[in-house]
Amino acid sequence: MLKAESLCKRYSDTGAVLENVSFELASNETLAVVGPSGCGKTTLLYILAGLIQSNCGQVTLDGSPISESRFDVSIILQDYGLLPWKNIVENVALGLKIRGVPWRERILRASVQLEELGICGREKDFPANLSGGEQQRVAIARAFVSDPRLMLLDEPFSSLDALTREKLQRTMLKVWEKKRVPYVLVTHSLEEAVFLGRKILVLSGRPACPVACFDNPGFGEHDYRNTEVYYDRLRDLRRIVEAAW
Amino acid sequence: MVKYLLRYFAVFMVLGLLWKGAALLTGGEVLPHPEDAFAAFGRALGTKPFWIDFASSSYRAVTAMALAWGVAFPLGLVMGSSKRVDGILAPFVFLTYPIPKIVLLPVFLLLFGLGDLSKICMIALILGYQVLVTTRDGVRAIHPKYYDSIRSLGGTPRHILLEVLVPAALPHGFTALRLGTGVAVAVLFFVESFATQHGLGYRIMDAWGRMDYLNMFTGILGMSLLGAVLYEAANFLEKHICRWMTAGHK
Repeated sequence: MLKAESLCKRYSDTGAVLENVSFELASNETLAVVGPSGCGKTTLLYILAGLIQSNCGQVTLDGSPISESRFDVSIILQDYGLLPWKNIVENVALGLKIRGVPWRERILRASVQLEELGICGREKDFPANLSGGEQQRVAIARAFVSDPRLMLLDEPFSSLDALTREKLQRTMLKVWEKKRVPYVLVTHSLEEAVFLGRKILVLSGRPACPVACFDNPGFGEHDYRNTEVYYDRLRDLRRIVEAAW
Repeated sequence: MVKYLLRYFAVFMVLGLLWKGAALLTGGEVLPHPEDAFAAFGRALGTKPFWIDFASSSYRAVTAMALAWGVAFPLGLVMGSSKRVDGILAPFVFLTYPIPKIVLLPVFLLLFGLGDLSKICMIALILGYQVLVTTRDGVRAIHPKYYDSIRSLGGTPRHILLEVLVPAALPHGFTALRLGTGVAVAVLFFVESFATQHGLGYRIMDAWGRMDYLNMFTGILGMSLLGAVLYEAANFLEKHICRWMTAGHK
């Protein structure tokens, strides 16, 4: 279980970014965090990843504090975070390389993961040769290949066109259903939050503090996006957000 | 490849025509006709003294370039990635950068003797500054997202060095080296004018003193050939080691 307790973050130049952010995420759940642009969502995610330290509060994963970056937490960065000088399979296998997995094994695991995400026969291409959607698939493959205990997604689909975004959201769900790794997704898209979050946490503008946190029980249902429940949930979320932002 | 060679040939022909025009205007004595110069150059290619000069110059230039790169590239990496080291070294680098290092040649001759060492050190010093400054600036321009990418995967500073800093800085280092080939050959000509009896620079100055203009142009063409070979070698290394640089351009 992921537990964030009373997190706050303040920078000397820009002031408070986060204030008193708390939530819990069970091991088979997903959380979508929505907030206006620039409110501190990415900062929250970086704190959860252990990439930056909060000024107060703490984050624990299955009881142990996350105080620095670790192998069992994978993060998908906003613009994919792929290294342009590594080919696709090397990018996917990078986390395994850092963990010391032997070359043959990591290339095999990376290739299998890429195949699972529909990227076949392009292992030797560089990221610049791929479209945005393909790069995102590679980033997802890289996050899943190391069998993490927690996934963190920083507006992963924000730079994609609408159709590619929806397609990749479905792909993301499909992989998640198979692996059942809990994830925290930060996004400013309400549709994305309702589609991908089992729980939805709404943050206020800067400094970000929780405005509402509610369940989204329809999440993961077949063809959820075309159901009445989805639209009801979206309307509820919009109402909360309009009042808070 | 054929296209590339054709482009070289086209440039060669245009320069040859300009040269021919200039030779016709000046009477063809001080500036020989290109066909005569190329014929003399062709004959020299079959002689041992030419290749001794070419090998001496190549040895000095290549050793100096390797020395410059071997010292300046790692130093550029350190300066670009460590604010503390940069804070200490940058003032030294940028205060001494505008000084024309070539004026130190007499000092180098006194310190390192009249042999190859002083000449190699002189070229390496001049070239090293370019590699150092370009690499340092290249490292400073690396987007923080790449560091985050490695750290998010649990990477240590060693991984950041090997997976981000070195590959991201390599194109900058190679560009400096490639552009530096022209500088290296120019400095080579100058340093070979002193205290040596071998080298293309020596050949040019010696032939000039004897008013043997065809032989002088043999040296000039030899030096041009050396410059082109060094440039293409640096280009080849960059293209093969930094293959990702051309990705997405097809």
